[in-house]
This record gives sequence, C-alpha cells and structure tokens, in this order.
Amino acid sequence: MKPLQRKLWRELLHLKGQMLAVAAVVACGISVFVSMSSVKYSLEASRERYYSRFRFADLFVEVKRAPEFYREMVSRIPGVASVSTRIIADVTLDVPGLDEPATARLVSIPEYRTPVLNDIFLKKGRYIEPGKPEEVIVSKPFLEANHLVPGDHISAVINGRKKELLIVGMGLSPEYIYEVQPGSFFPDKRRFGVFWMSRRALESAMNMSGAFNNMSLTLAHGASEKDVIMQLDNLFRRYGSLGAYGRSEQLSDRFIVDEIKQVGIQITFLPVVFLAVAVFLLNVVLRRLVATQRDQIAVLKAMGYSNEDVGLHYLGFALIPTAVGSVAGTLLGAWLGRGLMNIYGDFYNFAELVYYFRFEDVALSVLLSFGAAVFGALGAVRKAVQLPPAEAMRPESPAIYKPGFFDRESLRSKIPVSLRIIVRNLERRRWKAALSVLMISLAVAILVAGRFTYDSTERMVQVEFSEKHREDVTVLFNTPMPPSVAYAIASLDGVLEHEYYREESVKMGFGHRVRRQSIRGLQSSEGLQRLVDKNNRRLTLPPDGVVLTKTLADILGVRVGDRMQVDFLQGKQLHREVVVSGTIDEILGLSAYMNLGALNRLAGDGGALNAAYLRIDQAKAATLYTTFKKMPGVAGIMMLKAMKESFDELIAQSMTTSTLILTTFACVLAFAVVYNGARISLSERARELSSLRVLGMTETEVSVILLGEQALLTILAIPVGFLIGIGLSWLLAEGLSSELYRLPLVFSAYNFFFAFMVIIIVSALSGLLVRRRLVTLDLVEVLKTRE
Amino acid sequence: MFLVTPDFQKHPATVAPDSPVLNISELSKSYVMGEVQVDALKSVSVKFYAGELVVLLGASGSGKSTLINIIGGLDVPSSGKLFFHGREITAATEAELTAYRRRSIGFVFQFYNLISSLTALENVQLVTEIAEHPMSAKEALLLVGLGHRLDHFPAQLSGGEQQRVAIARAIAKRPELLLCDEPTGALDFQTGKLVLDVLEKVNRELGTTTLVITHNASIAGMADRVVRLRSGEIVEDRKNLERLSPSELVW
Repeated sequence: MKPLQRKLWRELLHLKGQMLAVAAVVACGISVFVSMSSVKYSLEASRERYYSRFRFADLFVEVKRAPEFYREMVSRIPGVASVSTRIIADVTLDVPGLDEPATARLVSIPEYRTPVLNDIFLKKGRYIEPGKPEEVIVSKPFLEANHLVPGDHISAVINGRKKELLIVGMGLSPEYIYEVQPGSFFPDKRRFGVFWMSRRALESAMNMSGAFNNMSLTLAHGASEKDVIMQLDNLFRRYGSLGAYGRSEQLSDRFIVDEIKQVGIQITFLPVVFLAVAVFLLNVVLRRLVATQRDQIAVLKAMGYSNEDVGLHYLGFALIPTAVGSVAGTLLGAWLGRGLMNIYGDFYNFAELVYYFRFEDVALSVLLSFGAAVFGALGAVRKAVQLPPAEAMRPESPAIYKPGFFDRESLRSKIPVSLRIIVRNLERRRWKAALSVLMISLAVAILVAGRFTYDSTERMVQVEFSEKHREDVTVLFNTPMPPSVAYAIASLDGVLEHEYYREESVKMGFGHRVRRQSIRGLQSSEGLQRLVDKNNRRLTLPPDGVVLTKTLADILGVRVGDRMQVDFLQGKQLHREVVVSGTIDEILGLSAYMNLGALNRLAGDGGALNAAYLRIDQAKAATLYTTFKKMPGVAGIMMLKAMKESFDELIAQSMTTSTLILTTFACVLAFAVVYNGARISLSERARELSSLRVLGMTETEVSVILLGEQALLTILAIPVGFLIGIGLSWLLAEGLSSELYRLPLVFSAYNFFFAFMVIIIVSALSGLLVRRRLVTLDLVEVLKTRE
Repeated sequence: MFLVTPDFQKHPATVAPDSPVLNISELSKSYVMGEVQVDALKSVSVKFYAGELVVLLGASGSGKSTLINIIGGLDVPSSGKLFFHGREITAATEAELTAYRRRSIGFVFQFYNLISSLTALENVQLVTEIAEHPMSAKEALLLVGLGHRLDHFPAQLSGGEQQRVAIARAIAKRPELLLCDEPTGALDFQTGKLVLDVLEKVNRELGTTTLVITHNASIAGMADRVVRLRSGEIVEDRKNLERLSPSELVW
C-alpha cells in the first residue's frame, strides 16, 4: 500500500466516529431508496404478471339479469378483444365456529376448466368436477382465517335455500388482490370470502339459466375505454346496469395502484433528506480536516505531490465512508425490502409476490450518494488543492471576531464569559450555525412526520370506527327492501336500536363531468351513522339536497348551491336535478349523502332500503345471528368491531414498522449531526479549551463552553424541526391522499414530546461521548503542537 | 560573481563550475497578513553554487523563510526572477513547479511536519514513492542514524529524531537542493547539534547543495558561505575560510 493510502486508512480509522456517522446517514438514505424502489418495482411487476397470466379484465359491467346472447353482441363492439359472462351473487354462510353469518361472494366458473377472464390461480386442491354442483373453490384468505382446508364442508343460504358446499380447492384471483366486502374499506377475512362455483349450479340455484349478471371484457390494443363504456351503457341500461367501469374503479386494483403510488412518494422524500444531510456532514468534516492538516498539505506539496494527488487523497475521506454506507445501505435495503414485501404479502393476495431486487436501483442510489459525497467534499478538497504550499505552512490566521449583538454595553456585564464565547462562536459563523440548526431540525422533522402518519391513522380509526359509526352490525339486504322491512327487524329480540339506509347507484353530472357514484339516503345524521369530517367535526344532514365529500365535489367541479344532474341507474331510471347543499371532508372514499325522504322523493318511488344499522344486545347476539343466517333477504352482515380488529392487525402492524424505521433513521440522523458538530468544535477549539483548562477552569466549565454551543443549536433546532415536520407531514398527507382516503393532518402532543425527547437524549449521548474526549485531552500536547 | 567554493570542486561532475545552481535576480515579495501589508523581500539578488552549504542568517521577519519558500517553488514572488540551472522557475506552471519540487528539492522544516498517522519509514516512503531515482527509505533513515526507529510513529519519537526523519525524507530522493528552514529551531542544543551533524554529513557525502535558514549566528561556522538578511534585504554575503564541524559549534 502506498504511504498516502496508509495515511488515508489510518486517519479514517482515527476519525471513525465521525466517518461512521456519515456512513450511517448514507446507509439510511440508500436503504430507503433501494428498499422502496425494489418494493415499488416488485409490486408493479407482480401485479403486471398476475394480471396478464390470469387475464384480468379491463372493463366490468354489472347488470340485474341479461340474456347470454349479449355476449356475442358485445364481442362485436369495435375495440373489444374478449368477453366473459358470469353470475355473481352474495349469500350468507354458516361458518363453523362463527356465531355471526359470513358473506360469500359466489362467482361462477365454467364447469370444465377453460381459460376465462379473471381466472383462478389454484393454490391448493383441485378444480371443480362437472356434475357436482356442491363443489366450490374458496379464496385463500377466507380459508386461512377460518382454518378451513379443501375437503371441509360449509353451508350457505343460496336464494333462500340452505345448501351444503364442499370445498375442493383454495384459489386466488387478480380481481380480489385486495379482498373486501362490497361497501367496506377494510378486509374482514373471517366474514368475507370469494367462492368459485360451477356456472351451471349457480344458474339453477339463482334461476339464471341462459342469463348472466356480470360481464367482464378486455380491450384490444389502442381501443378507447370511454367509447366502449358508452356503448355498453347503452346496451345494458335496460337490464339494470349500474354502468360499465374500468380498472380505475375496480376497488382491488385501485388499492394496489394507490399503494404503488404511495411507495413512489416515499422513494423521493426520505432519501433526499438523508443525502442532503450527508452532503452537509461531509462538507463540515472535510473542511475541518483540511484546516487541521494545512501543514501536512504543504509538506506533501513541498515534496512534489501534485494537486491531483492531494485532492484525490482528501476526496478519499468522503468516498470511503460513502462506499461503506452504500454497501451497508444496500444490504439493509434488501433486507427491509424483503420485510416490507412480506407485509404487503399479508395485505394483498397475489398469486406470487416476487421480490425483485434490482441492480439498477442499487446502482442509481449508489451513484447519487457518490455524487452527493463529491458535492459535499468539493469545497474542502478545492481548498486543499488551492492552498499555496507556503501559505499552508503559515498557521491559519486567527479567526476574525467582531462585537455582536450580545456585546452591547447593556448586555455585556450580564452575560457570563462562557456564554459569550458560545454566542460569539455562533455569531461569527452564522451560516454554519444556521445549517447545523437546519440539519438537526431535519431529524426532528422526520420524527414528527413519521409519528404523524401514526397519529393520522389513529384519527382515522377514531373517526371511522367510533365517531361516525355507533352501530354494532350492518345487515346488508341482497335486494332493495320495502320500508316495511323495518317492522320485521325491529320485532327481532335483541335489537336495541335500528336505522336504515338506501343506496342508489346514479350517474352524477355537472357540466361535462360525469361520475358513477352511489347516493346514500340516511334517516338522520344524529343516529347510528353520523357525518363526521376528518377533523372530527360533525355535520348535520340538511333535509334537502345532497352532501358530497369534498374530493367528490372537486372531481365534479361543483360548489355548494350548484344544481347537479342525477341519473338513476335502477328502478324508474329517472333523470333528475339536485342541489348540492353541503360538502364534507371525509377521510375515506367518495360519498354522497341525502336525507332518506329526500332521496325517496328524488327517485320517484315509494322508497326502498338496502341495509340496516343495528345496535344489539350482546347477550342475545348469538340468537340474532342465527336468525340472520336463515333470513332470505340478508346478503350478509358487517361487524364494526371485526373490521376494526382486522384494521388494527393489518394497518397498525405496517404502521408500527414504518414508524419504527423512521424513528431509528431520525435518531441516526440526529446523532450524526450533533456528534459531528461537537467533534468538530472540539477539534477547532482544543487549544483554546486547553488554555482555559491550564488557566484553571474546571473540566465542567470547559465542557459547558464546548457542549453549550451544541446544546444551543439543538434547542434552536427543535421548534424549527417542528415547523418543518408539520410542513413535511402536510406534503406527505397531500402526496399519500387519493380518492380512497385522505390522511387527516393531526399532531398529538405526544408526537412533539416524543420528537423532543428523542433529540434531547440523542444529543445528550453524543455530548457525553465528546466530553469524554475533552476530559482526556492531553493539555501539554495540545498546547505544544502548532495549530 | 562569487568564488567557486572548495567544496564544489570535490564534486565537479554535477555542473559546470561557473554556472550557479540557483540564480536569483531582484526578487521581491509582499503579502497581506490580516490587515497589514508585509514587504518580506525587497529586490534580492543572489546566486548559489553546486555543493555549497550556505547558512542564511537573519532575525525573524527578515525574509529568509520567504526566500527559501520561493526557491522551493512553494511560493511565488511579487516580482523578480529565479533560475534553476538556467530554467526560469518563476515562470513555471503549477504542474512544472510540482515536478520541480518532486525531482530537485528536499525540504526540512522547523516543526518537522511529519505525517502523524505514518511511521518513520512510511513518512520517508511518501517521497521514495514518487521520486525518480531515490535511495531506499531504509537507507535514508540509516544515513540519519535512525535504523532502529523505522516503525515508530512520530508521536513515539523525540524532537531530534523527528527532525532526522524529516531530513531522511528530504534527502531520500537525492535532491539537488536541500532547503532547511530553522531545522534546529525547536530543538535543544545537544539534539540540534546532532541534526546539524546529519545535515553536514549529507552535504559532504552526497554533495547536495544545502541552504540552512537560521537566526542562530553560531551555526554559521559550519557553512561554506554565510548570507545575512535583514528586513528583506541581503546585508552580508561572506565565505568561511574554514568549515567547522557541528560538534565544534558553541551557542
């Protein structure tokens, strides 16, 4: 090894604390980038593969009942590549070990296995056999959650008749990567499952022979989705179509696409922060190094080392920790990425979730880090290169201090000398001080933003599961019921409170903007379901007009007071106008609310009900559930508690993981910045501090001067960090928000307290480490050497 | 024109007797230190010949360090010219200066300026690495009497030993010109003499033209020639009739 290389290695080793800090920051940035990019790519690729292998459809149409020959007609529409028809029905299930009825979505499949759209990936067991109408293939999440296996029996109430079904296979479908009950946002694996059943069996059970109620199709390359949708809507309007829709309105796909988008946002924001800090750290560390090695630079040049030799030597101090950080970050990133994919694997049901760890991502992030390192080191390296050797041999002229704010006559006498030294140091290099404050505050900001998503989710849980809904169960009817159904339900033993809603599918239009949407008619906004916005404010439902969620109003471009077109898609299919009487900024989804009476009047019929909210006597719950299982009109029930549980289990777990990662990374960041700051100021002022010690100051007094500066910077950085954190959270909330949900901007006091404590502890720790060095300073040695 | 020194005649092969190794003409240097302008050199002209051991005498601030820095290509003059074997160093580019220092110049500083993270041997290798026909690093250290301290770090060496490592580092490349800036300035009497012994030995055995800067007039006795500076000007340029060995010096 060449002597200059040896110098580099030994001095890197000597500066290991600072260099490790730099490497750690780089590693954090790279690991986030590498893991998130690989996760994003893996999700995209897994989705793509899954969709193409199992022929996920491009368009979907749901009708009440349409003759099978329409399949032929649709396939002749220009732009349509292939068409499949199915019968889909939601029925109640009696799951062994489960009191309440579960819901099965029965989906028809050909009796003989042939390739169809939205095909099944058979994970276990076998395909159904022809002539055995009781055989079903059941979705994996449902089977696993209920500890069922192929070979088990399960009974269902299909069209009012109880049927014993035999599970023969465990399957997955691209249509249900995110498997939730219609009308729900969060999966409840125990109470909802997809059952694939022979078309013939379903035809006879549902009285649908020669007919279908669900069509899916794929488009030819270059076909216009919009045009095909228009033709389909014209064709199927009279068959009770709710309007054809593309993948963007298919709930499962929507969730995955949003998820991928969100991962993409995280790729940009965190690594940028880490790289910025790495640039800053390398800049200060190397500037200090070059300053302390002025004489060595001079001597190297005097010996005949060229500027390039010297420049490269000092660049090495930036590149080696970056290289170490890159390797560590890549490994950490691969590990984190795999872990994240496992979490996604629990949440999304892919046939195969392949984790692609891509060289491109690693290369790009390493390249970016090295770019950042060179950028950070550039100033110092240039200084080393430009330093004329004779100049370098002269000691650096003493720093110029000017009287600052605290040197005013009036203040001077009141401020102790030690504090004056601290303040003058900071005043002398305001930019450096400001940058240090900024860097520490970035760590605070990441802590705040990391915790924000947690608080925000807490708020979501609180609003959605407590404030908005007070019911125990929602009973879904499989067809609209007359208002008199209320008497039947009210008479059931155990029902404490009951409330109903109507859900009408409509096309809303304002100007040229049209949107498929359902309007929910509520009896009141003060009962079991309330209107609560994301800031936990309640809204009263006006007697007339429609209340839209803010996002929906924005999509349509309507404002309160505007009159909007409403086309009912079912029943009398009236074309009406309605006033927008209010907007509400809800957390989840897109919704339109009306007073039930007003909706009934608008629909021009005698009224209908689609579901009941019930508060029930828990002691009589079991009997009630048994009744519901047998009740012909019931498609299923949704339990708030169960949804909350599954939400807690799934989301809370990934939330905790990501908060933990962010907290750890923020600690690394804070430690790196504070520790380096203190180390550098120790090196800059070793002589000064030693002189003070020789003059008789105690170790503590000297420590106060050294660490006081860092403490002051840290204290200043905390409020700044809070503000940046709030801004960052806002950006994050905006970026992560979609039609599916909006993150409410909430900050708990605990969030700020937590960030405060973490920074204080990390700073104290790094202060202690530096103090240990200060105490062991060899006074004589320091004073003897020429600065 | 100065007389050819007797010492030079021992090494006639180096250069033609009457052409100087260094020819300095009307060299001036002023620089700004803080808010003060300092005229460090005022139109200095002098020539140095091959094999000479010259002591540059002067109080601190007399301009001797500035002169030696310019000679070594570490600094550029404000005006005037400097020729090394007839080549104008003052007109050289940065790359040429680097090459000049790399090939022809050896430096010894008052504060040794060893790289603290490298051992004695490695400090010398720093030079032997990049020189064209160097002696081995070990050989150089043997020459200065440090054969037994090869693997010691600067912090493990006494001041005199550190300075001898610095000398070994300077001579290992067999420079034509050895420039020593207060080589004994930080050393006590006994150790200082030891270091001067080494310099004298190097000059005698290798024939290296050696310029020693000092404020200590007693050292002048060991030189072939003494040049005295005061306030940036040469006030005396004399030849010693007899060169004393460092052990005979007293201060």
